[in-house]
Amino acid sequence: MISFSPSEEQALIVDTLKRFAKDRLRSIFREADENGELPADLLNKGWELGLVGSSIPEQYGGFGEFSAVTGALALEELAWGDLASALALSAPASFAFAVLAAGTEAQREALLPQFSEERFVNATSALIEPRLQFNPRKLQTTATSDGDGYVLNGVKSYVPLASSAEHFLIYAAEDGQTQAFIVPAKTAGLSVGEREKLMGVRALEVARVTLDNVKVAADAKLGGEAGIDFGRLYARSQVALSALAIGVARGAYEYALDYARNRQTFGEAIGQRQSIAFMLAEMLVEIDGARLMVWEAAWKLDNNQEVTRDALMTKHNADKTVLMVCDRALQILGGHGYIREFPVELWLRNARGFTTFDGLAMV
Amino acid sequence: MAIDFKLSESIDTQRQMTQMVAEQMMRPVSRHFDEHEHDIPWDYINAMWPIMRQNPMFGVVDKPETAVDPNKPKKPKTGNVRMVHLIEALSWGDAGIYLTTPGGALGGAAVAAAGTSEQKSRFLARFADSETPVWGSMAMTEPQAGSDTSAIRTTAVRDGDSWILNGEKIYCTGGRLSLEESQGLVVVWATVDPKLGRAGMKAFVVEAGTPGMEVTKLEHKMGIRASDTAAVVFTDCRIPFDNVLGNPEIPKPEAPAASADAPKGFKGAMKTFDATRPAVAASALGIARAALELLREQLTAAGVAIRDDVPVHEMSAVERDLLELEAQHKAAWLLTLKAAWMMDSGEANTVEASACKVKAGEAATVITQKAVELLGPLGYTRELLAEKWMRDAKINDIFEGTGQINRLIIARRILGFSSRELK
Repeated sequence: MISFSPSEEQALIVDTLKRFAKDRLRSIFREADENGELPADLLNKGWELGLVGSSIPEQYGGFGEFSAVTGALALEELAWGDLASALALSAPASFAFAVLAAGTEAQREALLPQFSEERFVNATSALIEPRLQFNPRKLQTTATSDGDGYVLNGVKSYVPLASSAEHFLIYAAEDGQTQAFIVPAKTAGLSVGEREKLMGVRALEVARVTLDNVKVAADAKLGGEAGIDFGRLYARSQVALSALAIGVARGAYEYALDYARNRQTFGEAIGQRQSIAFMLAEMLVEIDGARLMVWEAAWKLDNNQEVTRDALMTKHNADKTVLMVCDRALQILGGHGYIREFPVELWLRNARGFTTFDGLAMV
Repeated sequence: MAIDFKLSESIDTQRQMTQMVAEQMMRPVSRHFDEHEHDIPWDYINAMWPIMRQNPMFGVVDKPETAVDPNKPKKPKTGNVRMVHLIEALSWGDAGIYLTTPGGALGGAAVAAAGTSEQKSRFLARFADSETPVWGSMAMTEPQAGSDTSAIRTTAVRDGDSWILNGEKIYCTGGRLSLEESQGLVVVWATVDPKLGRAGMKAFVVEAGTPGMEVTKLEHKMGIRASDTAAVVFTDCRIPFDNVLGNPEIPKPEAPAASADAPKGFKGAMKTFDATRPAVAASALGIARAALELLREQLTAAGVAIRDDVPVHEMSAVERDLLELEAQHKAAWLLTLKAAWMMDSGEANTVEASACKVKAGEAATVITQKAVELLGPLGYTRELLAEKWMRDAKINDIFEGTGQINRLIIARRILGFSSRELK
């Protein structure tokens, strides 16, 4: 039956993450962006929240049930706190959730239990490739069958936490179909290049990964011989990224709302003028609408419904919304919006990235 | 509870049946009632009346709960979620004809929201008991007072056991159906003292056939032509004192009530907007869905690929347009559903009701206008319905509060400014 109220368990998770985002992320995000790195203990602190483990079923050592809706709720809160931190925490989740959703029984049993242990597991995924017309369904990185295994060749970019990752999930085209391969960091032929410098999310370490005749065994292919339904995994990623976008947008909206309430010009608050007030009203409407699209698409994922177009629409709409909202938030702050003492320019830089961030998060 | 998008089977069944009515009874006559303005679609009305008598769409009086078992969890209400689904489906058929659906409509909704139990039984019984179709309507707008209801000049003067109404109302949707074609009623907004502004505003129920009330004009409109938009003039129109909705007390002029202390009648009737704005949004989105379906069908027939599995940058301009229109439609629909659900859940939904109205009014306008464009020479011709839907859709960005008024309502709430602080 139609309902828009989260379950008690979901409300509890949201509450916990709200606190974490406020206390831990909002206190460090600007400095982290300026320094280009996250505080040393942040990922471990985030890990303690059990974000990944709580989504892995007991049979694989976890302590929860996987739910895309819950995942979307959680990601919105994290991104509200700080997108770079949220994406860093998403790296192992993208790996684990792909294995959980598309792996063989043997792959799940071998790989998943570590994600419920205390130590942060540095696992990451590599989907994006460094070219103009990137298309995740037409990858240039190739996987070629080679007797009893596969050989991978190509260049991936925007790989989060690449320099210290222990496991990679490398997406590559096998006979024109996108497949995923589990590749340990030490595999011969896999090299992590220099860190990539981005416009936003500067605290998130991303790097190129080059695959030069990387040989992996047959069981490295996610889902075994049959492979994966990439469309389904990609939809999970689109929904997750959309949820993150909502979090960023909400943060910027709230900040601008508060500013408009208090900033005085010509004897009254700027929010008392329709030109500003209407912008804020529209920002709210767009954020709420975009969020509901995320929830519905996530719900469809949880209920095994067809979701390809929903995920595409949701992501496209969230991409537009977060950019519009952050740009307006900056505009409402005027000159202050452009100054790095204030957070809004950072949020606008982060917002612009969503059309590029493919596969960096998953529910 | 958990977040859930599954429609209950009962509402889903009703939605499907309503969609069939829309396909079989509305679409075939849609063009006729557009081209013959002020013809009344009696076939549709007579077919709908037995259904609406049993299950009114809105203006519903809550059924008394019989033998309440305190141990049993209360069954959640679903009336507004049901309503938006049915209105969406009917408006997919024809938004003008939908507005002629017999029942209490906005008038009934106002009585249900603000009336005493005596008033509810006296005024609303007809919407279930009458053998022939009956309508209710709402008269708020005046030639000089649209969104600014405090500028209303129609007066109500107490005279013993009566009120005497004088003034002119315009843009009364379904005024002819409720006052001339049935023993219906109209809820009239009038001031008991123009000096009091909003505090002096009250809502009065006037029944069809009351002397001194006359439908003087039917407007000629751009769209929704099957629905009458009436001017109603009151000349020394005498109604019983008990026909005032809410608190009958006339505020003292020397101590004008602040808006927070305004009598419940005004507020109560204003609350009907929290239910009717999602209804208007739903109607807008029914039209928009019709346009999107036609657009998809025609594009596909013309061999234009509509793909879900390519990046946006690889799409053609038309494909991308369609994606954006569908996304707007989806966002607006979910906002509408949420506002209706909140109403059912008893949660304050003023912001959400305005939000869905803003989004749906705009989405339906953009979608239908874009559909005419993308359909090219087929879109602009009156052989297809796309151009009609564009004309029909626009009203949804205007009535029950323009897009701008609804932005203002949202902005005041989120910023915490009064109507004096944020004009």
